[in-house]
Amino acid sequence: MAVLPQASTLSTRKPRNSCPFIARLMSDYGQECVIIAAILLLFVAVGLYNPRFLSTSNLTTIFSGNAYIAVAAIGMSMVIITGHIDVSVGALIGVLATISGTLAVSGYPVWVAWGAPIILGMAVNFIVGWLVAFARIPSIVVTLGMMSILRGGLISITGGTWISGLPKEFMIAQWKPFGLPFPIIAMVVLTLLAAWWMRNFPFGRSLYAVGGNPEAAKATGISSERRVLAVFVIHGAFAGIATILFATQLQVIQSTVPPNLELTVITAAVIGGVSILGGSGTVIGSTLAAILFAAIGSALIFVNVSAYWLRAVIGGLILITVLADMIRRRPKK
Amino acid sequence: MSLRTLLRHETILALVAVVLLVALAFQSSQFFTGANLLNQGRLMTEVGLVAIIMTFVIITGGIDLSVGSILGLTAILTGVFWQNLGLPLMAAAGLAIAVGTFCGFVNGFVITRFGVPPLIATLATLALYRGLAEGISQARSVRGYPDWFYVLGQGNILGVPTQLWILIAFAILASILLAATRIGRSIYAIGANEVAAFFSGLPVNRTKIAVYTASGFAAALAGVIFVSRVSTTRSDMGTGLELDAITAVVLGGTSIYGGRGSVIGTLIGLVVIQSLKNGLSLAGIKAEGTAVLIGLMLIGAILMTTVLNKRRA
Repeated sequence: MAVLPQASTLSTRKPRNSCPFIARLMSDYGQECVIIAAILLLFVAVGLYNPRFLSTSNLTTIFSGNAYIAVAAIGMSMVIITGHIDVSVGALIGVLATISGTLAVSGYPVWVAWGAPIILGMAVNFIVGWLVAFARIPSIVVTLGMMSILRGGLISITGGTWISGLPKEFMIAQWKPFGLPFPIIAMVVLTLLAAWWMRNFPFGRSLYAVGGNPEAAKATGISSERRVLAVFVIHGAFAGIATILFATQLQVIQSTVPPNLELTVITAAVIGGVSILGGSGTVIGSTLAAILFAAIGSALIFVNVSAYWLRAVIGGLILITVLADMIRRRPKK
Repeated sequence: MSLRTLLRHETILALVAVVLLVALAFQSSQFFTGANLLNQGRLMTEVGLVAIIMTFVIITGGIDLSVGSILGLTAILTGVFWQNLGLPLMAAAGLAIAVGTFCGFVNGFVITRFGVPPLIATLATLALYRGLAEGISQARSVRGYPDWFYVLGQGNILGVPTQLWILIAFAILASILLAATRIGRSIYAIGANEVAAFFSGLPVNRTKIAVYTASGFAAALAGVIFVSRVSTTRSDMGTGLELDAITAVVLGGTSIYGGRGSVIGTLIGLVVIQSLKNGLSLAGIKAEGTAVLIGLMLIGAILMTTVLNKRRA
């Protein structure tokens, strides 16, 4: 694909703020600060309009019920940072949830039912990663094909039936250690671990190099093929963990693909500040963006806007964020 | 890439298509009847219209994922303009097509003016346009169109489905435009090397905007035909259309990296996919099973061309 010459992806802004801590925070985590501000603004505005929005039960629904999206967005962020994309993650989570639920009701020990989606997620994405990295097929084509295969396969095998009668010990998403729902703990811990790994470890940092400038990365001795393959496999593991949180939050699992899940996950990564051109962004941003979306979705209901507008709002948000990203990167004259 | 390699891919694909048709004819006596084949042509039209222009888009090195959503939005707007605004149906359909075309223009504008990668731009508008369709329709469907409207999607002209005539005309025009005009040659040049095309003085941005606008128009036209064929509008119409169209284009030998491809290849690709779908459904396999096969074919076709190109190089 031919691309017109572009500005360097490196930030050349010099902090001029008198307070070095805030300047550093803004230059390293600018997008994250913007999202936190947006979340707070939303909570205050909607909370004033309808105080029930801030009730404990609604806040739990927003944070705990959508933690799996944030977890899936961690892996997606890594994929996008290396310059690729995955539109099959929603279908993958649907398939893995069905497998996990089926194992749980068939009497297998719960650790098998929890372990299977992680292992299988890694296996499926190993194939995807191999096709992208070594066979050099664009990730959009591979994952579009994979989405069709997974979605079609799932529905033709199960017919979209519901899995019910899940054993009680399987429901890890309903577990509340120290009074905090487990999905929230998992989301926070995984996000911080992934962010720390990507910032401080050679392998994590090399992902930015691969996405930012593949040629330079190669010249430095980084094998971009292996990094891309590894990233897809890691992404598969996160999809597996997301599956467990998703499959164990309700008493039943519907064996179809959750609609638009891949879009929500990609949007969380992009709005969280992961550049669509690869090479920059953090998983803290994507997790915050996932929370922001969940809050927007819930807020629409509390201000009496039909939920049918949700997708239009999300689509508009992606477009605006992407345009802002492009304008910010434009070479300054 | 010379014309010879192009011909080779399309010849191979045409042979595959013929073998497939013969095999299906042996497998089911219902397959090779005039009525069934014409009916398959009817079912193929919507994807066909979109896939023909998708060929243009992919040759420029781009992609348009929003076509299914534009189809859905146009369908919804046709119903809403007619029933809720009280416009004559002809005007309502025309206005809806205009909006769909404008949606395509927005894609082109965002891609060229802001330099957003086509994949991301159209992924965003995929959500936006589908969201608008859902928001406007509020999950209500519009039915009860006047009888003359169904001529477009369910009627025949000279014994051939009406929309098949449209597809044929569209295909001929598109082939000539792509193969024999200056615009067509610029489209190849942009896909082969956009920077070189720019410095050769070709109107790169204007051509790309035109191509994405045409893609919006094709999807919008397909939307109105869809409504006429199934007699109703729903906001989820056209979901997954982009996958079918891209598969047909790629199967037809158009390079996903741009710069290479043809309309005739896409048409053969369409025939292969449609006859597979039909053959499988006659053999009692449901539509979801076919989706698995289409996914496998998409990946397989590209893997094959990549491997073949590597061997040749």
